[in-house]
Order: sequence, then C-alpha cells, then structure tokens
Amino acid sequence: MRRLLLKRLLQLVAVSWGVGTLTFILMRALPGDIAYRIAASRYGMDAVDSRAAELVRQELGLDRSVWATYWQWLGDLLQWNLGTSLVSGQAVTGALWHMLAHSLLLALVGILLAALIAIPLGLAAAHWGGWLDRFTLLLSTALRAVPVYVIGLLAVLLFALELDWLPVAGFGTPAHLVLPALTLALSLAAVSNRVVRTEAARVFDAPFYEFARTKGLSSRQAFTHHGIRNIAAPVVAFFGVQLITVVEGVVMIESLFSWPGVGHGLAHAIFARDIPLIQGTALVMGALFVVLNTLVDLACHSLDPRGGQLS
Amino acid sequence: MLKRLLAAVLVGLCASTAPALAAPTDSNTVRIQAAFEFSSLDPTRSGYVFTRMQLLETLINVDDQGRLTPGLAASWQVSADGRVWELSLREGVRFHDGTALDAQIVVDNLNLALGKPSVLQGVPITAIETVGTTGVRISLSEPYRPLGAVLANYSTAILAPAAVDADGEVKALIGTGPFSVYEITVPHKLVVQRFDDYWGRKAEVEYASYLTGHRAEARVLQARSGQADIVFGLDPASVPMLSRLPNLEIVRSDLPRTLALKLNAAYPLLSDPRTREALSLAIDRLGIAGAILHAPEAATDQLLPPYMADWYVQDVQAARDLERAAALLTELGWHKNGEGLLEREGQVFELDLITYADRPELTSVATAVQDQWKQLGVRLNVNVTNSSAIPAGHQDGSLEVALIARNYGTIADPLGVLMKDFGSEQGGDWGSMNWSNPAIQHSLQRLTAESDPERYHREAQQVARAIHAEKPLIAIAYYVQQSAVGKRLQGFRFDPYERSYFLNELNWR
Repeated sequence: MRRLLLKRLLQLVAVSWGVGTLTFILMRALPGDIAYRIAASRYGMDAVDSRAAELVRQELGLDRSVWATYWQWLGDLLQWNLGTSLVSGQAVTGALWHMLAHSLLLALVGILLAALIAIPLGLAAAHWGGWLDRFTLLLSTALRAVPVYVIGLLAVLLFALELDWLPVAGFGTPAHLVLPALTLALSLAAVSNRVVRTEAARVFDAPFYEFARTKGLSSRQAFTHHGIRNIAAPVVAFFGVQLITVVEGVVMIESLFSWPGVGHGLAHAIFARDIPLIQGTALVMGALFVVLNTLVDLACHSLDPRGGQLS
Repeated sequence: MLKRLLAAVLVGLCASTAPALAAPTDSNTVRIQAAFEFSSLDPTRSGYVFTRMQLLETLINVDDQGRLTPGLAASWQVSADGRVWELSLREGVRFHDGTALDAQIVVDNLNLALGKPSVLQGVPITAIETVGTTGVRISLSEPYRPLGAVLANYSTAILAPAAVDADGEVKALIGTGPFSVYEITVPHKLVVQRFDDYWGRKAEVEYASYLTGHRAEARVLQARSGQADIVFGLDPASVPMLSRLPNLEIVRSDLPRTLALKLNAAYPLLSDPRTREALSLAIDRLGIAGAILHAPEAATDQLLPPYMADWYVQDVQAARDLERAAALLTELGWHKNGEGLLEREGQVFELDLITYADRPELTSVATAVQDQWKQLGVRLNVNVTNSSAIPAGHQDGSLEVALIARNYGTIADPLGVLMKDFGSEQGGDWGSMNWSNPAIQHSLQRLTAESDPERYHREAQQVARAIHAEKPLIAIAYYVQQSAVGKRLQGFRFDPYERSYFLNELNWR
C-alpha cells in the first residue's frame, strides 16, 4: 500500500511536469501572435489593435526568450505558484478553484445520476434479457449516437420550456444543476448500462454463480454474496475512467448551460492564449487523473483483493 | 461548499451603503443576458459592461442622436483656439462608498486611463489638471474636436479613490451610477443593487443581474422561457419565432456598426480601384441582409449610417450588377478560364479572406460573399480565426481581405474612429490598408480642428464620397440589434451607442 502511494506520488510529479511542459510547448507552437490574442480577450474585439497588443507585449514581457519564460514557470511551480492570468491579471488559483468546484460538482452529480440509471437498468437487462435487453441496447445506441448537446437541448425544450420546471441555463442554485447533470448522466449511462449488463451477464453465466444457485442459495442470496462484488470491480473501474473524462470533457454541456466549469474555461483560455491559466488547468487535471486513478485502484483492490499485495 | 468557493472570488461587495433591501429574488431583479464577458474590473478593459449596468458614469453623456449631454460634468467650454477644455463638475455627486466627487478624483482617474490602452491615448493631451475643487482643465497640443465624445467613452469612467490601489490596479467597482455592486464573479456574473443616494433619476427596480450567455441558442431559450427579462444580441434567425410569444416584446434598434470587407490596397490584385468596385458590385447586399441578418433594410454600401448625416452620402445605391462588375474586370485584362475562374497572364484571381467567430453572422456572411464572388469568377478562401488576426495581419502586411464588424460609435463622434481608420496611408488596424489618398488624409486631420458646422459637413461629405468611390473598405450591411424584453417590465429603451441599459428608467408593470 505504502509502496503504491509512493509510486503514485512520483507519478504525480512526473505527470505535472510533463503536462505543464507539453502545454507550454504546444501553446508556443500555435500560430498567431500571443500578444494580439491576449489583447483581444482583454479589451474586446472592438478595441483590439496593434497599440493594445504592443502594450500587452511590454507589460507581460512576451519578448523574453522561450527558455526564460519556461524556467520562470518551473521555478514558480516549485514554489506552488501558478502565476496570474494574462487576461484578467488575477491569480490562476482563484479562477481555477472557481471552475474546478463547478466542474467537480457537475461531474459527481452526473456520475451519481448515471449510476442510478445505469446500474438498475443494466442489471435488469442482464437478468431478464429478451426485449428489455434489446430495448436498452437500442436506446443506448441512440443516445450515444447523438451529440451530447442535442440531448441537452431536448432536455431544455422539455423540462424548461414545455413544463417550465427548471431554469434553462445559469448557475448558483441547486435547480440550475439538474438539467446539465441529467444531460451528462444520460450520455454516460448510455454506455455504462451496457458495461453493467455485460459484466452482470458474465457473472450470472459463470460456473461459480451456477454452483451458488445449485447449492441452494436463493437468487437474492446468490446475488448479494457472489454477484455484487464480481460485477462491481470492472464497473467501478469503468466509472472511474468516465469520471475523469467527464471532468475535462464537458465543454459542450458547460457552454450550453452557461456552467462556469473547467472545460469551458479551458476552451476560452486557449482561444485567448492565456498560458498560465491553461498550464494551471492542465496541471490540475493531470494531477486529478493520477489521484482518481489511485482511488479507483484502491477501490478495485478492496473489492477484489485476489491480485495480491498492491504495488 | 460551492457558496464558499464562490465567495472566494467575489471581488467587490459594497456593503457600506447597503440599504435595507430584501435579497435579490426573481421578482425584484431584472435579469439580463448578453454575450459579453468581463475579463477584469478595469474600466479601460471591460468598462462597457459596467457603464451599461450603470455602476460607473462618465463625465459626458451621449443622447440617442449622438449629441453630447452633461454627465458627471455639468457643463464644459472649449477655448477659442480649441486647445483648452474646461469642465465643471456636477455638485452633490457621491460615490457608492459615500465619498464626494471632486476635481482631484476626476484628474487622477483620467491620468490613470491615459496610461492604459484606451481611446484617450489617441488624444493629443499635454496636461490634465484641477481648477479649484470642481473644475477640470484638459490642455491639448492641438485642437481635437472629438474629445467630448472620448470623455463619454466607457474607458474614461470615474471610479472612487478607494477602488484603485497604489499601483493603479482597479480592485473594486465603486462608481457614481444609480446602481452599486451587490455581487460580482469575473468573468460572467454581476448583480447590482439600487443606489439610493444617486444624484439623478433614482432607480425603481431594486436589483439587476447580468449573466453572460455565451451561446446564442441558450440566450434565445432564456428569453423564451421567461427566465431572463432582457436578452440582448438575439440570433436574427430566432426573431420571427420569439416575436410570436405573448410574454415577450422584440425591440429592434439600429447600431452604428457596419459589416464590411477590409481590403489590402497594396495587394497586387486589389490595387486598382476598379477591381474593388467590381468586387463591390458583385455582392448581393439585399440577399445577405435579408437571408442572414433578417433585416433587408440594413443593406448598404456605405460605412456610416444615415443618422450620422455629416458622413452619409445621400444619393448612392447599393444594387448588385454582375455584368458591370465583369465588364470592369475584363477591362483590366481578366478573362474566364475553363473552370469559370478569372485568369490574367496565367494567374488565377484568388484571394484569402479572414474573419472571426465571435459574431456568428460573420461566418455566414463570409461564405455568402465567397459564393457571390465565385459567380464573378473570383476564388475566395475563407479562414475563420480570432479577431486579433485582423490587426496582426494589417501590421505584418499579410492580410488580403478581412470581413469585419466595425463599431463607429465606440466614441460618439465617428471622427475619432475615422481618423484612426483612414487618417494615414498605412490606414488603421480596422480601417483602410495601404490606401493612399493624401487629400482625404489631410481633410481628416483638418476636421479635428474644425468648429464651423457648415464647413465641417462639407469636408466630411468629401471624405465620405472618397471612401465610397475608392472603396478601401466595402460596406455590406448595418447592424441591427434585436433584444427581447419581458412584458413584466416597462420603460425599456435601447442605447444605439451601447453606453447604458437605462436600468434606472425601468419599472415593473
């Protein structure tokens, strides 16, 4: 256990350095003059001109060599300083927390809702099979096939416009969370219910499960004692991976619902070439990836300790 | 937890003057949705949001005809030689924190703005100083007529001393407007509350909130559902549907903003004015304005709108004439090749156009122009990028054609913008490019010092005619702003100069 954590800690450091450096190189490699991009985001498209860009260049020292900027960033990072946004001039950490808190909230509620939809549906499909299985397969394929913002728009049309139950977009109250989380959950559950179904079907058909039934356990007993754990291990791993992609990959949902999350913020920051914010965000996302992976591994190990000592 | 984190980024909270108002709820708050984020608290950067939400005010105001009216300055005089402006401040004005407005504060604010990129930097200012406690004197090295309009621009809004730290960074929004900050989350949420000590017309509504709605579709839905009271910048395509709803009123307003093609006059294919004329004749403006902007009356081949009468040429038409366009190009030696493209000495007539995605209609218009020029035999490659690519392309000379939406009303007197755009041979980042017409460039310089309205009009007309005839920019259509206003509000009016939302004139029905 301790060895695992130590190893992951090293991994964390390596990932942070790697991600930060890679973003740095990629941002530098993008076409266009950074000073102009930043000026456009600072002063708005009506006021961006060469004079504004020149002032930005002087103020931020964009003329400095690539290496000087890179070492400065690395040095700041070692002192836990993510720097200040080139656009707003505010500390990156503040903006990052604001966005990350919203993204994590949306992701967690979305995953939770997805689990509530996917697990019963997947189990039912595996247990009864037949038309229910085929129906959920069809529904899953259909939901997976449409882009997530179409699901979002349909949800808005139904729940916000026709029924008038929920707000269309925005943030700040629990009601604002429902539609984006639901949209996210539907698109996630479209895949995860099939994973649950496949895993459940595998377990239900396994010789050990058949043996449990023949030795006289009721279907309920067999399921709670021999089913859940066996199904859970791969499903938890899958949800873990989903959670990570969700935290960073919900740009469409976030902008459709005006949700101030990381994906949306990152997209804006890239347009604006706000390098410290991009690096900070990428860094935190990379770290989050390692941490969540570790948590998932620990959870899987406690569900299925047969793999032996964690290392 | 979320609340706490939100609180961590709350930047300004004006509690000191907070009267006993109930917290903002849907029933006491005017909820506004617009497309623009505010990336900073600094008025020279994001002041347009803060003056529109009526937190901050400027020394001079502008009415809907573009005339200057008193703001924080009750009156002003210009010396006979046009080099000294003296403003006397309104009495009894208080900031949201209770500080009284005085000349020193105004001078400090203007000097601060002068050091940051803003319209003030284009003014030949030699000194800004106090005259007693209520007078401000601005001295110029040469006369500059649009100064009054510059002092009405958001970047010259006046902040309380407590709002600015020692380094000149803006730390809070403490202004003099009829509303003060209740909550602000950079870059997308702002809630303002009524300021009861306001010097002018006090607001009736208690609160107003501003939320950035990035996507046009989302804003339309907000309007439709009644979850926003005022939605600015509606997608033209959604207007017919929204105007059928009983709970909404659609307000259509003309803006002094023009959709135009910026041409590099030094680019070999574009250097002859006849080529530019032909390209202009090949554009179906009525079609673009009707089908994309849903406002056929907005089609135009002039940069400035009729209500800026000094700069509008009365008797010209914007009709499409493909035959004449083709004839002009034949005259210049172009002929169609096997693919239907124009060719001259083995070179195909091919141009690169850049435009930006911040305004959704630009990309649609770009592809329409692409198609219309193709009918003439011109191949146009459209490249959608960031707005900053246009000034950048202007400076490094790589730009060939750009589709832009130029706002001639950022300063209420268009002369300021025109000087910037057409005042020199290099032109301006958002204006002409390598268009050489020394007479016009000289005229513009002279106009900044002209005080006689008759002579001003005559000279301005000459400039407008030259721009129209030689086409350093090809105008396509004016902008029409469509806003949705909920029926529970009354008293809404739209400011074509987009300086204020006039929230203090609103009341509940």
